[in-house]
Amino acid sequence: MTLPRHLAAAGLLLGAVSLSGAALAEQEAPSITLASTTSTQNSGLFDAIVPQFTDATGIEVHVVAVGTGQAFEIARRGDADSLLVHDTAGEETFVADGDADERADVMYNDFVLIGPTDDPAAISEATSVADALGRIADAEAPFASRGDDSGTNRAELRLWQQADVEPGGDWYRELGSGMGATLNTAAGMDAYVMSDRATWVAFDNRQNLALLFEGDEAMFNQYGSLKLSEEKHPDLEHDLANQWHQWLLSSDGQAAIADFRVKGQQLFFPNAKGD
Amino acid sequence: MTDSAFSTALALIVGLDSDLLAIVTLSLRVSLTAVGIAALIAFPLGAALALYRFPGRSMLIVTLNALMGLPPVVAGLVVYLLLSRAGPLGTFGLLFTPSAMVVAQVILVLPILAALTRQRIEELHGEYAEQLASMGVSRARRIPTLLWDARLALITVLLAGFGRASAEVGAVMIVGGNIDGVTRVMTTAIVLETSKGNLPLALGLGIILLVIVALITAIAHVLGEGTRRQLG
Amino acid sequence: MTDMSLPTVSHIAPLELDGVAFRPGSQTLLGPISLRLDGCRRTLVMGPNGAGKSLLMRLAHGLIAPTSGRVRWHGPVPRQAMVFQRPVLLRRSARANLEYALAVDGVARRERRERADAALEHFGLAAIARRPARVLSGGEQQRLALARAWLLAPEVLFLDEPTSALDPAAIRAVEEAINAFHRRGVRIVMTSHDLHQARRLADDVVFLHHGRLIEHSPASVFFHQPASEQALAFVSGELID
Repeated sequence: MTLPRHLAAAGLLLGAVSLSGAALAEQEAPSITLASTTSTQNSGLFDAIVPQFTDATGIEVHVVAVGTGQAFEIARRGDADSLLVHDTAGEETFVADGDADERADVMYNDFVLIGPTDDPAAISEATSVADALGRIADAEAPFASRGDDSGTNRAELRLWQQADVEPGGDWYRELGSGMGATLNTAAGMDAYVMSDRATWVAFDNRQNLALLFEGDEAMFNQYGSLKLSEEKHPDLEHDLANQWHQWLLSSDGQAAIADFRVKGQQLFFPNAKGD
Repeated sequence: MTDSAFSTALALIVGLDSDLLAIVTLSLRVSLTAVGIAALIAFPLGAALALYRFPGRSMLIVTLNALMGLPPVVAGLVVYLLLSRAGPLGTFGLLFTPSAMVVAQVILVLPILAALTRQRIEELHGEYAEQLASMGVSRARRIPTLLWDARLALITVLLAGFGRASAEVGAVMIVGGNIDGVTRVMTTAIVLETSKGNLPLALGLGIILLVIVALITAIAHVLGEGTRRQLG
Repeated sequence: MTDMSLPTVSHIAPLELDGVAFRPGSQTLLGPISLRLDGCRRTLVMGPNGAGKSLLMRLAHGLIAPTSGRVRWHGPVPRQAMVFQRPVLLRRSARANLEYALAVDGVARRERRERADAALEHFGLAAIARRPARVLSGGEQQRLALARAWLLAPEVLFLDEPTSALDPAAIRAVEEAINAFHRRGVRIVMTSHDLHQARRLADDVVFLHHGRLIEHSPASVFFHQPASEQALAFVSGELID
């Protein structure tokens, strides 16, 4: 009868120790919380470049990867120390609103149009992305959209606008999902989908999908790093975050970005403005 | 696909993949801690609900029962808003840490533990009430007495709570942020791999999660049965 | 050897039920009953099933409140204990059950083990001290319940059909234990439907029928020349309804 009692006490002790252990661990290495996007995370970029940054500075980077909209919200609330997203218009508004002190170009990747190999809308013959999207709308071919207010989603909607098309109807399916999930669904539906190249290159569940259109400059996807407002959020790790920001723009950081390859392909192209 | 899922799972386990170990350890730490803390509150709370009569008691019981169905993602959202720096408890800096995940899971698990404890203790009390009253045991004193006497049933209650905690993903995703090496647990890792299209790996992780939960359930069952046989 | 005697009591306050009735809904289950129990006797409460015997016990002991009328002790309220038809024991060892009762009674931790062991000894249960109480036989469980009551040093002991679930050997052991209480000066109030048991134990008899008090007489009167028709029928072994 005493054994169960001892077990219970041991269990409670374990619980308390583990919880305090967790708290302790959080205080050890200097670190910043970086809000970024799922597509960037899923490409594997952070796994490649963050260790180089940590080696150089001893600072850990804790990446919270969410949709672009949520990333902005997290930063606005002061729950992240730094922000790296790909929505230049949104970033500029963010700065104008006083939530960030400045933004800087870091790198770009591009979007590609994916679709079923038999290409019912014949977009592989399109002359521009506007043309390609127009063909999809005309053919009313199934199109899977992320529909989640992410940077990719916002870019997609801008391209529809440029193509003079109001996407809607049965063939246009808004999924409210991340890039990988959207590709999965598109594969299952044999639908067209716009993806960032990085996620597509790493994507394993292609089924009947293939890359059908690429290269239009309109599909370039600019990444920006933002220094968050010291006035609005004085308690953030501005010092450490600034080291991260500067490293991204430095020749070391830019080289690390360029060196990152998946299946032999470079996915991100550094374009920080040199001083 | 299930074939490659099983072989992936096996490969991870046999190779003692360090990432996997870290994720499994964190999952267990978070869920077990949450269940432990919730039990400390819920056991006496449930017992008190069973023993005392007061205005609003029925409302409280109905509310607890309803909260058993609280969607994890809603709990996560509420905790996020509370712990965010822009929120009332922001100064503690708990967001995106395992502690925040424990808080969210305590909120999820507490109603289940309390509601089920109340039920068990009320049943037991029906059997004991007259004898305890005859012996002059005060209501407050009955709480630890009945809780200890119901310990076998309470093991099952704990398991129910643990099941809910280890299975949920909505709460820990929002308040933890699924940060690699810091707040990534089994369920959020599965979501991540699925979103990357790594379905065999995702499924493999799912199998491992199921096995772990089954192991813990089995251990509790054996403990319970052993004690039951001992005590009658 | 620890002295297991209870303090000798000579004057336990009389118990009076004054117009006591129990009406949980629209139906009157018991009463009105007026009854007085005093002295240090073994009072058996008898009657066919459904007569209200258990209710009367619970009202007398104070476990339930009457709907009308009063239950009063004429004097200081004495220490009481009750033993039920099915013994209610905790999921712990026999000895631990006794130690629990002592703890509730405010006995210091150091003393509990010794006194519990003495009580086990006194009721012939020393061998099963460590056994889980719930795996004991019916007779052992009831003796354990009596040992627990013993430790509470009651002046009045209520028992509700304590032996109806037991075999003859166990019944004998329980009756001996009850008499042991009585020899120490404890007033016994006990229900039973067993006529033979009543003949063995009763000093006086309270006879109930359909929730009414039919007769309250000394045992010699009740068993040989009961005042009421129903009592006569009952004592003759007839079924009365």
